[in-house]
Amino acid sequence: METTRKKFNLRRFAIATLVLYIVFLIGPIVGLDVPAVYASIKSNPLQLVQFLIIGISNGAIIAIIALGYTMVYGIIELINFAHGDVYMIGVFTSLTVLSLTGTLESKDPAKIVFGLILALIVAIVFCAVLNATIERLAYRRLRNAPRLAPLISAIGMSFIIENIGLMWAAQAWLVPSFGTTGGASQKSFPDMLGILFTSLGWDVNLLASTGIALRLTIKDVMVIVLAVVLMVGLYLFVQRTRLGKAMRATAQNRDAAKMLGIDIDWVITATFLIGGGLAGAAGLMAGLYNNTAWWFMGFRAGLQSFTAAVLGGIGNIAGGMLGGFLIGLLASFSDGYLNARWTNALVFATLVLILLFRPTGLLGEQTGQKA
Amino acid sequence: MLELKDVHTYYGNIHALKGISLTVGDGEIVTLIGSNGAGKSTTLRTIQGLNKPKSGSVVFNGTELHKLPAHEISALGVAQSPEGRMIFPRMTVMENLEMGAYVRKDLTSLKDDLDHVFTLFPRLKERIGQKGGTLSGGEQQMLAMGRALMAKPKILLLDEPSMGLAPLLVELIFEIIKKLNEEGTTILLVEQNALMALSIADRGYVLQTGEVVLADQADKLMKNDMVQKTYLGVE
Ligand SMILES: Nc1ncnc2c1ncn2[C@@H]1O[C@H](COP(=O)(O)OP(=O)(O)OP(=O)(O)O)[C@@H](O)[C@H]1O
Ligand SMILES: [Mg+2]
Repeated sequence: METTRKKFNLRRFAIATLVLYIVFLIGPIVGLDVPAVYASIKSNPLQLVQFLIIGISNGAIIAIIALGYTMVYGIIELINFAHGDVYMIGVFTSLTVLSLTGTLESKDPAKIVFGLILALIVAIVFCAVLNATIERLAYRRLRNAPRLAPLISAIGMSFIIENIGLMWAAQAWLVPSFGTTGGASQKSFPDMLGILFTSLGWDVNLLASTGIALRLTIKDVMVIVLAVVLMVGLYLFVQRTRLGKAMRATAQNRDAAKMLGIDIDWVITATFLIGGGLAGAAGLMAGLYNNTAWWFMGFRAGLQSFTAAVLGGIGNIAGGMLGGFLIGLLASFSDGYLNARWTNALVFATLVLILLFRPTGLLGEQTGQKA
Repeated sequence: MLELKDVHTYYGNIHALKGISLTVGDGEIVTLIGSNGAGKSTTLRTIQGLNKPKSGSVVFNGTELHKLPAHEISALGVAQSPEGRMIFPRMTVMENLEMGAYVRKDLTSLKDDLDHVFTLFPRLKERIGQKGGTLSGGEQQMLAMGRALMAKPKILLLDEPSMGLAPLLVELIFEIIKKLNEEGTTILLVEQNALMALSIADRGYVLQTGEVVLADQADKLMKNDMVQKTYLGVE
């Protein structure tokens, strides 16, 4: 017992060393130059705060997506690989709504606000229904199958949705700015919040009048506020409401939940609806914040959010939120000080390290008990 | 009130119930005894709809339970304190009890029922805010039973309610079962402790490898040679 344990730790240590070795070997080639980073922080400390702001804003979006992974995993122990792509569809849905309502060309503040709210609602509803449909079509029948089956089914759904995104991005009649070059390239998502603020005659940078050399834009504030509202709302929903309690009960012991009269199928559908709705909201937020729409954007978002969920402790809602912000910060510092090319690798390395050293995550994983 | 007719239940290829027939009348205490793996828990799970029978019927007050999904069965007044307790580990004692009342529509008497459970199990009241998973085994057993009671069931299925309890508590649990029955709840009781079970039951069934091998009045079963040898440990 004692020796196997030791061996196991040794192996984990060896793998961790290998990861670090690779990081520091390849690191300098792609820009991980520790002295240079240190010098840059020292010469411009305000920039650190700037990256902090960006990291928290992106982290808020990641956290919202991570909640979808973590809630679904908590209840059916499945990694919904298609979740990141549902978020991508959220970006396209909101962009399409903004285009069809004429909001993209508008300079009228009232019309822009109306368009944004409509886009938010449509994106939430559309992604919620899409996510629940995925569950119904691709996962429900496999609920009692060996674990690999629904996982592969999920990867298949992910490919299907990415291809829908690819086709969607070629439909210039929906969004004229998609152009005629096909769906593969990154499309722009107009900076509607910037336009809104300019049209009101306000400065987009909320710190402009203070003279501090920092940008805290309306975009940051909007993203963070919306994310916090959604998180608090979700928390209260899960803690207080009848359906929320049924969701927790189902996640903790499915047989007991059935026995007490909880309709498991409906609870699982509701979980996918909520997760999808959050992804839809995140889609609009990310579009407005990062100003791009791309059929493949669900991959990076999915990777980051999934890592966030595991980092916080999969199945744990508070953990998903914490993990989201941490991964957002990691990505922001990596984008800023190292190189954006390096970010995915760092996120992957984080995932590997958590799985090796703390597989239950920072706040502990919360999954069901096998009855 | 409850009637099982020639029920066959499988786990994959394992034929766990091989044609179980039994009845539980209104207001009765009926006990199922049998050695490990006889199919007692499977019988209760089949009644509750957690396992579906491959053939045979389960009829409760005229409703064919085997055709209903599990969550509709509890709404008809069937509640269970299951094997292994199955409480919700990350919910508080209070939340666990609330979940017990999930199917109920008359929430007016909820407070009274909660008080009722707390009078039966004062220990639960002391632990009201504690997470279910951190309760001791015996406390979890009380919680599982309290949770089942919160549904105000017409029939209460109890799977080894004395499991893991200290002797004094076992006595108490059996007294509680009797009291509940006097208050009008029909009870189907599965027990390892055959002596105790038969002493409070009206009738009993003896299960062996998925089949009913004996069915009689409880006092007659207690005098039966085979029962005495196998389950009561009388030489
Ligand atoms: N989930 C399962 N998968 C496969 N076989 C099972 C499962 N549950 C029970 N069985 C089998 O079904 C048979 C009946 O089991 P059951 O749990 O009903 O017995 P029991 O009478 O309650 O026994 P005990 O007194 O040990 O609780 C056993 O042979 C058991 O191995
Ligand atoms: Mg059993």
